[in-house]
Amino acid sequence: MDNAYLIETIIKVVVILLIFSALAGIGTYFERKVLAFMQRRLGPMNVGPFGLLQVGADGIKLFTKEDIIPTNVVGPIFKIAPVITAATAFMAAAAIPFLPSFELFGHEVHPIVADINIGILYVLGVMAVGLFGPLLGGMASANKFSLLSAARAAAVFISYEVVTGLAILAPIMMVGSLSLIDFNNYQIEHGWIVWSQPVAFVLFWIAAFAETGRTPFHLIANDHEIIDGFGTEYSGMRWGLFFIGEYANMFFISFVIPILFLGGFGDGSVLGAVALFGKMAFFFFFFLWTRAAWPDVRPDQLMWLCWKVLMPVAVINVVITGLVMMF
Amino acid sequence: MMEQFNNRNISDNGYFLVDIVDYPTTGWGKFKRAIDRTFKLELFVGLWVVLREMIKFDIHTISYPEEKMPIGPRYRAVHEMKRLWESDTERCIGCGLCEKICISDCIRMDTRIDEESRKEVSEYTINLGRCIFCGYCAEVCPELAITHGGEYENASDQREHFVDYEAMLTPMDVMKQNAQKEFEGFGAITPHEDERVKKTPLAY
Repeated sequence: MDNAYLIETIIKVVVILLIFSALAGIGTYFERKVLAFMQRRLGPMNVGPFGLLQVGADGIKLFTKEDIIPTNVVGPIFKIAPVITAATAFMAAAAIPFLPSFELFGHEVHPIVADINIGILYVLGVMAVGLFGPLLGGMASANKFSLLSAARAAAVFISYEVVTGLAILAPIMMVGSLSLIDFNNYQIEHGWIVWSQPVAFVLFWIAAFAETGRTPFHLIANDHEIIDGFGTEYSGMRWGLFFIGEYANMFFISFVIPILFLGGFGDGSVLGAVALFGKMAFFFFFFLWTRAAWPDVRPDQLMWLCWKVLMPVAVINVVITGLVMMF
Repeated sequence: MMEQFNNRNISDNGYFLVDIVDYPTTGWGKFKRAIDRTFKLELFVGLWVVLREMIKFDIHTISYPEEKMPIGPRYRAVHEMKRLWESDTERCIGCGLCEKICISDCIRMDTRIDEESRKEVSEYTINLGRCIFCGYCAEVCPELAITHGGEYENASDQREHFVDYEAMLTPMDVMKQNAQKEFEGFGAITPHEDERVKKTPLAY
């Protein structure tokens, strides 16, 4: 491993970390604005023009708040749980190609930290590890609401993961590779996978809501209990890490869906890159949109949906794909 | 307008029973309901409703400290003492009815006989920490002197926030501009009072 490669990788990692930490903050701004407009409110307006500096104010608040470790919690696990959520969210970004490769100062840059040959498996796996954050955080807390939240986290975790895996299996069979770059290149030749695998697309999209814990499946941190589920006993930056992890996850999954199903960044042109960002923006907006429009489901409804509806549909989809590919 | 509210006959008033189907109990019924809900695309109706509101951008927020809702003339906020329009002297004659009627005992007044042998208010305070803003004082006042104002933004360093006579009295410069506002709430003169007034029957 030569030094140039090492330095390039470190720069990429730092750039991705910085951009997506900032995006996670700006994501909260967008969320509040979009939700407000859909509910005929104004949203944050007072800090900076149109409330844009609200993100900074929230950041300062989170960073300077006292870090309270309640007496009866399981200390080490309680402390590490938010780190797991945030860290795994960013780790998942390592295998995502954010842009087509481009020339910079006569040097070809691949905007992907590591084009590993198990790309999508790695992304989904690491994102799944991220659910240990709510799970451990809730179990380490010393109150029943957090514990119940952790129990819901486990239920959601098991349910959607099966659907995600089976849904993505059919496209993987067609592409014959797990690398996201290969997915992109396959779609340059054969057209978007969404046309040949619409069912897998919808299933994966539904599962993405469970993966990120967004509104129709926002039952881990159940807002209806007024308190914040697993985050009840957290304060300051530890709670903020959960938040950053959730929003980073939303951004990354919004990148992964178009790369898997909607043509990715295309053939490497600027237009393709812009289109990828457009698609990403749409999926991110959709996360906010559903939060304004849809009610949450109960845990039993989510499990009913995942085990009795989505999983059989995914299996049938895989079987049909296999038969079509065989004959 | 009032007739519309007084009509209690709801049957032909635009009310109708919503046709809610009972929950299915059989497996087949549940299956049909799930299929129905899936392919009717009901979820997208909700999505459209919120998107429509976003596009319309008909924001109902009032950015409070900058803009305020107009409050009704009958609103009962912190009390005011009015002056006579003709002579700019205070209307209060020190009769003590407001102190007497105050159900939370928050009005305290003291009077004395002045040099011209007229009753004059020497002390007058209202303990706003006790006041329940019921409006009885304004209602009972025979001179329309103590009324409620529209000032609802108050801050105090203690719970017992007092207002005294000078603070409540309409300032002279406001009087000079003819800017004193009459209270239109309970106990005040109604708009067509002149037509409705009856002579006192003297012959019993």
